[in-house]
Amino acid sequence: MSTLAQVGQIARRSVLRTARQPANIIFPFVFPTALLAVSSAGLSPATKIPGFPTDSYLAFFVAFPFIQGALFATMNAGTDLARDIQTGFLNRLALTPLRGVALIAGQLAGIAAMGFVQSLYYLAVALIIGVRLETGVTGAVVLIVLATAIAIAFGALGAFFALRTGSGEAVQGLFPLLFVGLFLSSMNLPRNLIETDWFRIVATFNPISYLIEGLRSLIIAGWDWQALALAFGFAAAIAIASLAAATWALSLRLTRT
Amino acid sequence: MKAAHGIEAESLVRTFKGDITAVDGIDLRVEPGEIYGFLGPNGAGKSTTVHMLTTLLPPTSGSARVAGFDIVQEGPKVRSAIGAALQEAALDNLLTGREHLRLQCALHGISRAERRARTQELLERVGLTLAADRKVGGYSGGMKRRLDLALALVHRPTILFLDEPTTGLDPQSRSALWAEVARLARDDGVTVFLTTQYLEEADALADRVGIIDHGKIVAEGTPEQLKAQIGRSTVEAVPADGTSPEAIARILEQFGEQTGASPKGVAVRLEHGVEDLAGIVRALDAEGIKLQQLELHAPSLDDVFLAKTGRSLEGAAEEEEAEAEAEAKSQ
Repeated sequence: MSTLAQVGQIARRSVLRTARQPANIIFPFVFPTALLAVSSAGLSPATKIPGFPTDSYLAFFVAFPFIQGALFATMNAGTDLARDIQTGFLNRLALTPLRGVALIAGQLAGIAAMGFVQSLYYLAVALIIGVRLETGVTGAVVLIVLATAIAIAFGALGAFFALRTGSGEAVQGLFPLLFVGLFLSSMNLPRNLIETDWFRIVATFNPISYLIEGLRSLIIAGWDWQALALAFGFAAAIAIASLAAATWALSLRLTRT
Repeated sequence: MKAAHGIEAESLVRTFKGDITAVDGIDLRVEPGEIYGFLGPNGAGKSTTVHMLTTLLPPTSGSARVAGFDIVQEGPKVRSAIGAALQEAALDNLLTGREHLRLQCALHGISRAERRARTQELLERVGLTLAADRKVGGYSGGMKRRLDLALALVHRPTILFLDEPTTGLDPQSRSALWAEVARLARDDGVTVFLTTQYLEEADALADRVGIIDHGKIVAEGTPEQLKAQIGRSTVEAVPADGTSPEAIARILEQFGEQTGASPKGVAVRLEHGVEDLAGIVRALDAEGIKLQQLELHAPSLDDVFLAKTGRSLEGAAEEEEAEAEAEAKSQ
């Protein structure tokens, strides 16, 4: 069986598993949407700050659900893999001709599928509540691609944690940490308008800022090639580093000869 | 049809961090088509041996060939020849039985056309046709074990490893699994390497038994050969109300040594076996001792274990668990 076909089988299982766990479906759809509603209502006066890039805080903030959805992907990918380790299912797979790379890629393909569907949903919500993309239909396509790439990147990070620790609890412990990372980014304000020095510095060094800014640029700024390059670049860097780490962790975990 | 090769291991050793030797120089030879019972208490090294022989864990030293292939140098070839149902019935509670089998068939490279037929055939064989489209999370322990067995068989392996396949099963499920394992060896010529901590399982199923304790094989042979090594039956007398066990012990000790194996009465391993029974009855009658029960026990594998290790299998299991617990606490 080709590696690609193996990836397809593992991806199919990953999607089935997600679809059969209501919590894995409901939380990534409901929470980001609820936070979007609350934050955009509460923080809308921020648009009065001189230099704020748009007069609609909703449009500014709508990038947030795409990132939060991707963080859920981290947890889902990680806890699924950790469960396979804990239950011994990984050993079952190890006794088949399944290649290690196909296991990780298959898991991520499932996450990509979930990330894609989530992104379509967030985009639909944005359009329904009146947000218009400055980059039009092409921008919407790029937005979906970027959001899916970010889900893959965070999914790979979750896979690494699962394979390294073998514990679903450890993976779940990662989620609040990433969530704090999300809040310490340019999620609520553009970096140049953050007045607290330490916060601005943290946000500047925080890769999540660039992921958000890439998504946001498509919605409120038009074609900002630098923002897009940084967003795709950071997504690729996180994905590549996490995949390399996950592959290494899998080689330690799978000691089959 | 029997395969050409079975399992051979020489001086197989596996150590873990903290200088723990789980398997300590095991030599094994399992003939093609044979059911080999690997008997021992928890923590004796059974599962570690299975993990090495199934290529999931490289040995620290020693060598082994499974289905004619070296477990270190030819891992993929070994895996293509074997099926394994490991200690934990490793299933995905969110998938159905049929989905498990289809996934396993696909990963073993079985063509899409054959997948459906093979899945159906195995579901029927293990009696899960009606439950095939239910999620495994709702299966009973016995159903999970049967599915586990079916998954191990999808690619028609010539050697099957079963690691404590009936632990936790009710008697009915256990018998059904035994029947299927026996059928696999008898009709399909599959070599079966079965680990168990149940004496009756090894006795009922295995052509030959290896007894493992503290990572070493302490005895090996057919169940009959092993029992013959011990050779002597045990008689157990349970006193009727008002009769003192000491009085019974005084008489029975004339015929052999006490084993301490009777919780309600006195048990003695007989010097001359069954021939002593008539003498015992006469002696007890002469003293006017009334009994509630007098029973003759043929030697069991537990007697073999006791003779070889100085402990009963049950006691050894408790001891190993206590050691493992102490070890875990010390880390």
